[in-house]
Amino acid sequence: MHIVVCVKQVPDTTEVKIDPETNTLDRSSAPAIINPYDAHAVDEAVRLKEQHGGKVTIISMGPPGAVEVIKKCIELGADEGYLLSDRKFAGSDTLATSYILAKGIETICQDNPFQLIFCGKQAIDGDTAQVGPGIARRLLIPQLTYVNEVTAVDSAKEVITVHRKLDDGYEVVEAKMPCLITVEKEINQLRYSSLPNMLRAARYQPHMLNADELNADVTNMGLKGSPTSVAKIFAPEQRGEGEIIAGSNDETINQLIQKLSDQMAK
Amino acid sequence: MGCEACVAECPHQALYMNDEGQCNVLENDCVDCGQCVDVCPVAAISLPQRAESKEQSNNTSDKNVISENKTEEKAVKLEGDLSKYQGVWVFIEQREGEIASVSLELLGAGRELADKLGVELSGVLLGSEIADKANNLYQYGADKVYLLEHPGLKYYRTETYMQNFVQLVQKYNPEVILMGATTTGRDLAGAVATDLGTGLTADCTALDIDPEERLLLATRPAFGGNIMATIVSKKHRPQMATVRSKVMKMPKPIFEQQGELVKVDVEIDESQLLTKVREIVQQAGDKVNLQDAEIIVAGGRGLGDGDNFKVCYDLAKSIGAQVGASRAAVEAGWIDHKYQVGQTGVTVAPKIYIALGISGAIQHLVGIRGSDIIIAVNTDPEAPIFKECTYGIVGDALEIAPLLKQPLQQLLADKKAS
Ligand SMILES: Cc1cc2nc3c(=O)[nH]c(=O)nc-3n(C[C@H](O)[C@H](O)[C@H](O)COP(=O)(O)OP(=O)(O)OC[C@H]3O[C@@H](n4cnc5c(N)ncnc54)[C@H](O)[C@@H]3O)c2cc1C
Ligand SMILES: Cc1cc2nc3c(=O)[nH]c(=O)nc-3n(C[C@H](O)[C@H](O)[C@H](O)COP(=O)(O)OP(=O)(O)OC[C@H]3O[C@@H](n4cnc5c(N)ncnc54)[C@H](O)[C@@H]3O)c2cc1C
Repeated sequence: MHIVVCVKQVPDTTEVKIDPETNTLDRSSAPAIINPYDAHAVDEAVRLKEQHGGKVTIISMGPPGAVEVIKKCIELGADEGYLLSDRKFAGSDTLATSYILAKGIETICQDNPFQLIFCGKQAIDGDTAQVGPGIARRLLIPQLTYVNEVTAVDSAKEVITVHRKLDDGYEVVEAKMPCLITVEKEINQLRYSSLPNMLRAARYQPHMLNADELNADVTNMGLKGSPTSVAKIFAPEQRGEGEIIAGSNDETINQLIQKLSDQMAK
Repeated sequence: MGCEACVAECPHQALYMNDEGQCNVLENDCVDCGQCVDVCPVAAISLPQRAESKEQSNNTSDKNVISENKTEEKAVKLEGDLSKYQGVWVFIEQREGEIASVSLELLGAGRELADKLGVELSGVLLGSEIADKANNLYQYGADKVYLLEHPGLKYYRTETYMQNFVQLVQKYNPEVILMGATTTGRDLAGAVATDLGTGLTADCTALDIDPEERLLLATRPAFGGNIMATIVSKKHRPQMATVRSKVMKMPKPIFEQQGELVKVDVEIDESQLLTKVREIVQQAGDKVNLQDAEIIVAGGRGLGDGDNFKVCYDLAKSIGAQVGASRAAVEAGWIDHKYQVGQTGVTVAPKIYIALGISGAIQHLVGIRGSDIIIAVNTDPEAPIFKECTYGIVGDALEIAPLLKQPLQQLLADKKAS
């Protein structure tokens, strides 16, 4: 079974420090990491490979520095990694991103067709959850989003069964492979990397692909290929400053209740 | 925009911010590596960048002026290819025949957009044996309902919904399509937009129209809510956006309002489908209805530990409130993620929101700004939450929460009675 996992490099937003006075971002505090959902996607792909045999290939679109997240995936047990990197990709919105990734997948799977594509549920920076469905539509394969469990893979019949998370439970869905799956974090517990994988990752050099090597239409990429653009940027509106109620605990509570009572009577 | 992401990223120190918060390039130092382009959160930098990046920031400010000054004018008709696209559509999400409240909220938002554009508002309803729900949609503002009924549409499946939705769009050419940013809405929107090759803006917090160019102005938070970005899709139609639940106000239904029902033929060949829903499992107790809660008691890291977090449950229980939490409390393992309020949790809009030991990080605040009254209890008088609450109490939440129980209970009971 050939499994392709789409992995994005993102700033570690939990580490981002923001200066509330100037609204500026202290980027030195934000290391680039693998999108957390994508790490679970890689782990799930590796688990399936362990059970069913085959190969796990990583694909990422990003700046040259994103080779680091591909190496991280090799640590997690992936076999190969490809970085799509080109200035022509810069400024891509989700439509252009899904085009580039789909073309990349077609290119690297020419001689070894894929049965499954894994994506994260969403990227923690862009946060749109649109790239997974976009890739599925471009490759004309079924999409299974918000998956929190893979329950069965029947390689002979080429059918996969998963649980898709719903607001108040889950649904059991069966799909014909090849198909695309986007994963929730609950799908697995990340495992520690093995020593051989770590050693391999340290030496590993990901394959690099640029726009010309994708056999694709450059007008569908980057700013040109992106229907959406930013018209305006502004600071968010704030609610008015709060009224501070001071005094001993009993006094403040009395005052608060009085004020609430007045306000609710309005 | 002044985020300085590009400045920090540049390996050659070739970028700097000017006083207006725009980035400038030191031409001699720049090697065109493109790293700044990749980190720009709002796609404001492009390569070759010198002339262009400047032009773009200028354009951006011109654009603001246009959209702000002319909103009162009547929307113009577009020329050429884009002119065939007319009307505002809302995807009506239903489960077991029950319409999702976000769809009704979007009819309210869609009504305003349609009025500004001078066009019809339509709801698109897919399902099985749901024709009787159409009336409901007129009451919430739809002029028209496209009804797609078929046993194969009883449950949401990407394949069947997407195919039918895309065909309908291609037949009737709406200019704006809105969907709820639910698991279903996001799944469908991403697939439909790709098939139509059009722009889709995720998780919008405000929607407006530029009448001059008949543009949907879709505003969404960027960089963890620190900055808002208004995104447009200038040359593509339909213009699509998803909106989270509780972000738009629920419109007041007008019961006598009528509309036009358009029944659409649906053909589904099950043998051609590649996915099957085998079972839907409802997990009791799994549903946390924070979105619809009237009162929420939320706890943060300031409560100290998981045991102390119980003060939230205690207070909530005695006043009939829902419990919520900050991400720090969730990450500490004191409470499940589904209780998280904020940018990466739920957006809430209760009558009263009580924040205990929550500092008021921007990512938390964006989720609670729709609350009528925010009461914050925090030991630190400088805590940012005091800048955006209605009433602030500087004090220990562990002491104050138990003291609030009885008087609040009394107050709420009195209000109910009167
Ligand atoms: C603040 C902000 C707001 C934006 N708003 C919009 C918007 O409303 N509409 C729009 O069309 N674009 C938008 N963009 C652009 C969008 O973020 C980029 O197109 C980005 O390349 C992909 O989108 P995402 O980060 O939302 O990914 P998601 O769709 O959330 O990512 C889902 C999964 O897709 C895969 N994936 C995504 N990107 C890559 C990649 N580069 N390489 C490999 N795998 C990948 C990963 O598996 C990931 O887990 C926005 C960007 C920012 C920073
Ligand atoms: C991309 C991104 C997304 C995020 N999404 C979310 C989100 O959806 N929701 C969210 O909440 N956060 C989110 N965060 C995290 C957010 O930035 C904050 O880290 C988080 O909200 C802090 O939680 P807190 O207020 O509980 O903790 P802290 O910031 O640690 O605040 C604790 C507060 O408790 C006070 N305190 C201490 N002891 C007491 C006491 N005895 N009584 C009263 N007060 C006391 C302290 O003075 C302090 O103000 C996100 C961050 C990022 C980067």
